[in-house]
Amino acid sequence: MSAAHEHADRSDEFLEQAFREALLAAGVLTQQSVDERVEFMYSRNPALGARVVARAWVDPGFKTRLLADGSAAVRELGIEVGALKLVVVENTAEAHNVIVCTLCSCYPRMLLGLPPEWYKSAPYRSRVVAQPREVLAEFGTHISNDRAVRVHDSTADMRYLVLPMRPEGTEGLTEAELQTLVTRDGMIGTVKL
Amino acid sequence: MSARFSPGDAVRVAERESAGHVRTPRYIRGKRGTVERVCGRFGNPEELAYGRAGAAVTLYRVRFAQSDVWPHYRGAARDTIDVELYEHWLEKA
Repeated sequence: MSAAHEHADRSDEFLEQAFREALLAAGVLTQQSVDERVEFMYSRNPALGARVVARAWVDPGFKTRLLADGSAAVRELGIEVGALKLVVVENTAEAHNVIVCTLCSCYPRMLLGLPPEWYKSAPYRSRVVAQPREVLAEFGTHISNDRAVRVHDSTADMRYLVLPMRPEGTEGLTEAELQTLVTRDGMIGTVKL
Repeated sequence: MSARFSPGDAVRVAERESAGHVRTPRYIRGKRGTVERVCGRFGNPEELAYGRAGAAVTLYRVRFAQSDVWPHYRGAARDTIDVELYEHWLEKA
């Protein structure tokens, strides 16, 4: 990562801090509401997404409902997702899916927590839409030309989660054991499990 | 109000300049694709961003062949990109 990019990140931090302090001073936000929101977001992490994926692997009915209406299916598991409009896209022998937000950094935070820095970076956002196979290869993910690569640009109100293919040789594992195999990047689609 | 387009419909993204908070990426303007699904109705972000009420507009997921989006696309012919687009950015193709 270039020095210029790191500098830009620091500028963003200063801007966020100044803006937050101004909103607190104006009484638009309270410190308590900020703390509660931060605590809530830190309670979100990829283990939630992994629960969803592992359930879909072991329960075909759940998988069908998940692909039809992601948010409703996730709520079945008792996971609170607020106003999230979730679209789940399934990796198959015919297609591999990968998620991006070219306009900003939209991300299924309710299920994966905060996005990694690279997901928010200009190089990923601008390149994965136009050269997805090259970008995936940089993550060590090689997709043969007989499988389609489907890019999903989160431009508006939907958020996306990739349902990875269940790894071979995992038939004997329990749902809890399967959860441990599901990675954040697998659910973004930049890696295969 | 019913959706103007249905899954499978061929559509073209309007090719126009725009100022402000617009959620239609430039790379997709003027491109032809196929409606993948109707997502529902949402407040227009082009109004919401400025504190206005934001009239509800229908949102679609539109699927484009990558080779139609990027003239020198080097991937496979079946590769696609899906973009969420509001109805007022779509025309019949």
